[in-house]
Amino acid sequence: MENQMKRGLLEVCVLAAIKSEDSYGYQIIKDMSSFVEISESTLYPILRRLENQKLLTVRTAEHNGRLRKYYHITEAGLARLATFEEEWRELKQIYEFVTREVKND
Amino acid sequence: MTKQEFTQQLSNSLAGLNEEDIRKSIDYYSEMIEDRMEDGMTEEDAVAAVGSIEDIRSQILSEVPMTRIVKEKITPKRDFRAGEIVLLVLGAPIWLPLVLTVIILALTLFLVFWVIIMSLYVVDLSVFISGFASIAGAFFASSGFMSAVFFIGAGLFLLGLSVLLFFGFNQVSGGMLYLSRQMGLGIKKAFVGGR
Repeated sequence: MENQMKRGLLEVCVLAAIKSEDSYGYQIIKDMSSFVEISESTLYPILRRLENQKLLTVRTAEHNGRLRKYYHITEAGLARLATFEEEWRELKQIYEFVTREVKND
Repeated sequence: MTKQEFTQQLSNSLAGLNEEDIRKSIDYYSEMIEDRMEDGMTEEDAVAAVGSIEDIRSQILSEVPMTRIVKEKITPKRDFRAGEIVLLVLGAPIWLPLVLTVIILALTLFLVFWVIIMSLYVVDLSVFISGFASIAGAFFASSGFMSAVFFIGAGLFLLGLSVLLFFGFNQVSGGMLYLSRQMGLGIKKAFVGGR
């Protein structure tokens, strides 16, 4: 898939993965894995970018005697998810048009 | 590889970045390894699962803006001593032109990339226009029927060629853009140093 597009989509996926409750890196990868394969090295820059854009916040908490980072979605992050849903409707129309045309051939 | 070895190697490979960036990425990857071990993996497997150091390094470097890398590299880690300041000022006639040369070279390289891409499309446009001109010439400038047919044929050929060239050039400029991204990554790697 085209890099730029996939990158944007993965950002939304990560936001969705932390929407209902705060989550940590490994959990995010596991939650997404049944839908999209994402590697640690791909997730890392995405988390950093989302943090820089203030779409999520990071807090460090203790877990089993070590530190773990938990990611929490912000208001702006929720807004980003909402706009994605709108954009998606448009994309879906494009998708339907393309598949119809491909079938007609 | 143990977790200890992994974090050591990762930290070496990122040596030229600023300390906070290095610390953050090491924290992230050690957390990942520990979470995998907690999930039942052996240390060896958990380290292998987070991917190769080289991949991680490329991924991190491609995200860090070039300006930040350069800034980190040229910001001194301690204050200058008086002697060093004097040397810097006296040496300005030597190092200033060198720095300017590097900057101008980088800009030129960037410009060359875009000029090559642009020139491809200019060539394509000229083929397209000459196709039209040739067909028009058949009506206005040709002497006799046979040469008019020849002009029209040549015109159609050129029009067709321009369409094919357009697709070809799209591929070429796509390749050039990829190349320039790879070069950017290469420059960053050279700047950051490490392995």
